[in-house]
Order: sequence, then C-alpha cells, then structure tokens
Amino acid sequence: MTATFTMTGPTATHTPTAGATVQLSAVVKAFSGHTALNSIDLEVAPGELVALLGPSGCGKTTALRSISGLESIDSGRIVIDGVDVADTPTNKRDIGMVFQAYSLFPHMTVLENVEFGLKMRKVAAARRRERALETLDMVGLTKHRDRFAHQLSGGQQQRVALARALVTRPRVLLLDEPLSALDAKVRVQLREEIRRLQTELGITTVFVTHDQEEALAVADRVAVMRDGRIEQIGTPEELYATPANAFVADFVGLSNRMPAELVDGQVTLHGCSLNLLGDPMPDGPVIALVRPEDIALSADGIAGTVISSSFLGSLRRTRVRLFDDTVVAIQHEVERHPLPGEAVTVRLKGAPVSALPPKVKK
Amino acid sequence: MAAPLSPVEPAPASAPAERRPKSANQAVRIGAEPSTVARRLILGIIGGIFLIPVIAMIEFTFRNGLAGDYTTSHWTGLFTEDSARTYRGLYQAIENSLVLAAVTVAIVLVLLLPTMVLVHMQFPRLKRTLEFICIIPITVPAIVLVVGLAPVYSVVVQVLGGSTWTLAFAYGITVLPYAYRAIQGNLDAIPVKTLSEAASTLGAGWLTVLWTILLPNLRRGVLAASFISIAVVLGEFTIASLLNRRNLQTALLQVSQSDPWVAVIFALAALALAFILLLIIGRLGSATPSRRKS
Repeated sequence: MTATFTMTGPTATHTPTAGATVQLSAVVKAFSGHTALNSIDLEVAPGELVALLGPSGCGKTTALRSISGLESIDSGRIVIDGVDVADTPTNKRDIGMVFQAYSLFPHMTVLENVEFGLKMRKVAAARRRERALETLDMVGLTKHRDRFAHQLSGGQQQRVALARALVTRPRVLLLDEPLSALDAKVRVQLREEIRRLQTELGITTVFVTHDQEEALAVADRVAVMRDGRIEQIGTPEELYATPANAFVADFVGLSNRMPAELVDGQVTLHGCSLNLLGDPMPDGPVIALVRPEDIALSADGIAGTVISSSFLGSLRRTRVRLFDDTVVAIQHEVERHPLPGEAVTVRLKGAPVSALPPKVKK
Repeated sequence: MAAPLSPVEPAPASAPAERRPKSANQAVRIGAEPSTVARRLILGIIGGIFLIPVIAMIEFTFRNGLAGDYTTSHWTGLFTEDSARTYRGLYQAIENSLVLAAVTVAIVLVLLLPTMVLVHMQFPRLKRTLEFICIIPITVPAIVLVVGLAPVYSVVVQVLGGSTWTLAFAYGITVLPYAYRAIQGNLDAIPVKTLSEAASTLGAGWLTVLWTILLPNLRRGVLAASFISIAVVLGEFTIASLLNRRNLQTALLQVSQSDPWVAVIFALAALALAFILLLIIGRLGSATPSRRKS
C-alpha cells in the first residue's frame, strides 16, 4: 500500500486529524532464541496515547519497532486503520517516530530536517517550507531554523525530532523513550508538550518508557509489560488503584514490602485484615505490598523508630523501622515533622493490598 | 492553533552540553609535554629526513651534467615543441596512471563503500571478517601478489584485452587497507543505524537513505579514501612493472635511463601531487561542518 498523505490546504495544518486505530494481535517476535514479544495483543484507539511501560528487556521497544516496521515479526498481525501492515516496509507505513538517541541529520539545518518527510512525499518546495515553519513554530524553535544539530541542546534536538515526525501528520506517532537522554527539568517540560501537541493534533500515539512517572503523567492508558507480555493495560488510575498482580503493583508507584499472612483470602498484617488485590493466592505467608499513603503516623498502633524524613513539597515521606525490623515509607502531611530516632506509632488505613509469594524475587 | 512552547531552554553557547562524547583532541593528556626546544628538534630532524632527498632532487634537476655548474635547461626543455614527441611515452604513462587512479577509486566507491555500509548496518557480526580481509593486502608483499595475479591476468587479458586500465583490479585490492580505514573511521563516528531508521520512518527508501543521508555524512571518509587511493596508485611500481604494464613509475624508470633529470622532475611533480592530496585529507579530518545558510 502507499502512504496516505492527505494534507493539502493551508488551513489543514492545525486541524486535528482523526488518528488511526492500531491493533496488535498475537504478535510474536524472537531474537536468536529469546522471545522478545510473546503473543502481544494491544489495541490503540484513534487519537489515544498509550504508554508501553516496563523494565529493560521487557519487549516494549521491540513492540514499538514492530509497529514501525523497523523490526519484522515472526507471527501475528499488526493492523493500522484496518489494513494489515506486516508486509509494508517502514517507509510506506505513514508513521512518525522519535528515537531515544538524537537522530537529526547532522548535515542538514533544522529546517531541512523538518522538511525531509515532506520532501519524501514530493510536496512542492514552497508548501514544504511553509509547513515545516508552521510545525517548527509549534515546538517553539522557528528562530533556530538555520542551525545544525550540533548547535542545539539535547532538549532542542528532541523538539526538532518531534517536529520532523509531526510535520507529515502521520497516522501514528511512535515515541521510543524520547526523553531519557534529557535533564529532569527538560524531560518534564517536553513530556507535557508532547502530550499537548498529541491531544491537539489527535494523532494516535504509542510511547515507550521505563519511567513510570512519565507513563502515568502523559498516557491515556498504560500497558505494563514483562518478559514479552502485557501484564495489565488500563488507565493510570486503574493501574495504581487496582493492579492486576503483584508485578504491576510493585512496578507502578511505590510499595512497602511487609511480611504478612494470607488467611481465607484476606491479608492479615499487624492485626489488620486487608482485602487482596489481583488474582487469588493460596493461604500462607506472603509479602504484602502496601502503598506509602495507606500507612499513617498515629497516636497508637505499631511501634517503630524514625530513620529519616524527606520534604517533598506538598507532602513528606518518612522512613520508619518497625519493631519487627521491617522498614516502611509513610506519606503524610508536611506539618508533622518526625526527627530521626524519634519513637512513633503507625497504623494501616485498611486499603486493599497486592501480595507476592514469599521469597520471590522481583 | 498550537501555541509555541515555552520556556525553551537556552541553546548552549558553543557546543551542546548534554552527553556529547569528547572528541579525540579533548582527550586527557598523559605524561609531561616535551619542551618547545625538544619539539622543534624532533620536528627538525624528521622534517630533515623528508626534506633532504627532496631538496637533493630539486638541486639535481638544475645540474648541468657532470660539469659542476647549474642550468635551467632541463626544466625549460619540457616546454619546447620537441618535448611532446620526446616524452610521448611518459605522457602516455601519466594518462594511464590517471585512468588507473580513477578506476581504482570507482572500485572503492562502488564495491567497498556499499559493502561496508551494509555490513555496518545489517551484518555487524561480519565486521571483524571484513576488516581482516581488507587488511590482508598490507601484509602481502607486492611481489607475492604478482605471483598470484599473473595467472589471473592471463584470463583478464583474454576477456578484457591487455589495456593498462585492467591493472586497476589489482590496485583495488592494494588500496583496500587504506580505503577501509578511512571509511570505517567515519562510519564509526556517525550513528548510521539511527539516521537510516529515522529517514525510513520519514518515508525514505534504501537508496534515498544511502544517497541523501549516509553519503553526505560519510563525505570526509569517502574523500579521504579516494585521495589516498589516488596517492597509492600514482606511486605504484612493482605490480605494473612485473605485469609489464606502463604507468607513471615504470615510465619514470625508463626515462631515467636516458634522461635522469626529466625523470626526477616528473617524480617531483608526482610527489607534489601526493603531498597536496594528503594535505587535503588532513584538512578533511580536522574540519568541522560550518555550512550556514543565510
């Protein structure tokens, strides 16, 4: 098939486009014996931003590269806008991609870089320039149009890369850890800009990251991956509040690991009986995963000693060694300022928890 | 309409600050630097080793036979009407050598360059093997190479005739080590895979990627490989002589039997050309892209 490129009128540039649907069905990909994608199913709705989140080696980048065509798949189907693209080469898939490594063409100026995709689509020179400048304007880099990549900072280079990917108004935007080489501050700025542009343009987007904060902050839905499989896919709120299993609970957000007992399907922890999230487990000893905000400093309860306390702006996080030697992090209001060595008592708020079998390494 | 991003982080004053690898000339120096005097002494000695023969050659071209005085007649004789006839063989040999240089460069560009790019991108495991193959010619003496090439050339002559240009097939092999190094250095310095992938996601096919993205970024390596190939071909004597072909060096030897002064003048010209080529290669290596559009 040929790339669909429908932008013709000057007014069309900033009109939100209806993004394409992207479907992965039972996609399998192996590299010399190692299964990178183990029968992945994923559906991304038009205009949706889905983040693929997971530790390194979980297959998230392979999944993204399979959608782009940079990686061929062993079996399964990848369907964009209802068309199976398994045999369509990358340059015909009408996608935009931003890479983790800086990928601007070093011998071209910023403007020439942004124009490149339009040139490949044989857009007339004048129209090309106009469109490229409009897109550069969207990422705030018009004044750097004549610079070369080596004259830009890392954040600016990724903005240009984003403009270059967006200028053709692709059906699908693929972002492969585009922020991981950047400073923390630039990273937060740029991720918000990516989200804003993506929402305005309505481009279906798949965003690969190993940073859970990044995924939760920008995505409509997050797919948590492990060992080539999607463990859970859901909105950030769903993943955080109702993780499907202990891996998701452990990977998304902070969790305290506390030894507990599972009795009749209920987690018994320091005298509290808590509901178990996720799949049922056999009764016996377990490691409960308790969120820092589900434990509170209280007038009475479980005895412990403060190890340290950090001010995090709107809240404070205090680490307490409990009488049984378990160390827990507790999130609480900033007004309360425990000092290291101070004897305190804590209590569980009673929220449901996830649990790991004992002695299972993450 | 989308609003511009703000705030935009400021551009670095000169070079980008973020995770840019140090270039070689920024490497930490180890040990004490030699003093200015020592440096000049070393430069003087090495320069002398190279310059003395060249000066001797220049001096020789002005000698008037064994009379002990000097004359410019050897130089001026080259620009007389007779010289074209007298040195016809030499001019023909220069033409042969230039054709050989051109065909050799073509072999490097058409065969070696795409092979190296392909291995670099698609078959990185073959990189060591390719390097080994390309380095072999430097370890094989020309005379040994000729022993092997002689029967090959008996076939080449049958198929392509006995023209001198066919010698370029052998030269294509002898320049491999130099051309390989020049191109590989450039290939390692640019993110070939990322650039090609970025271009293909933007709609470029394989040929477009090679032509519009990779070649411009490999320009220095390709030019260096070409110039060094030309320098090697212009200086080659053994293979041409043993395979009975006429090139600049074999012709110089022949002319030197009858007119040693002219042979030295042409040798000086060839040296000057090689020197200029090497100077350009040096420039290519140190230059930074500074093309700016208004």
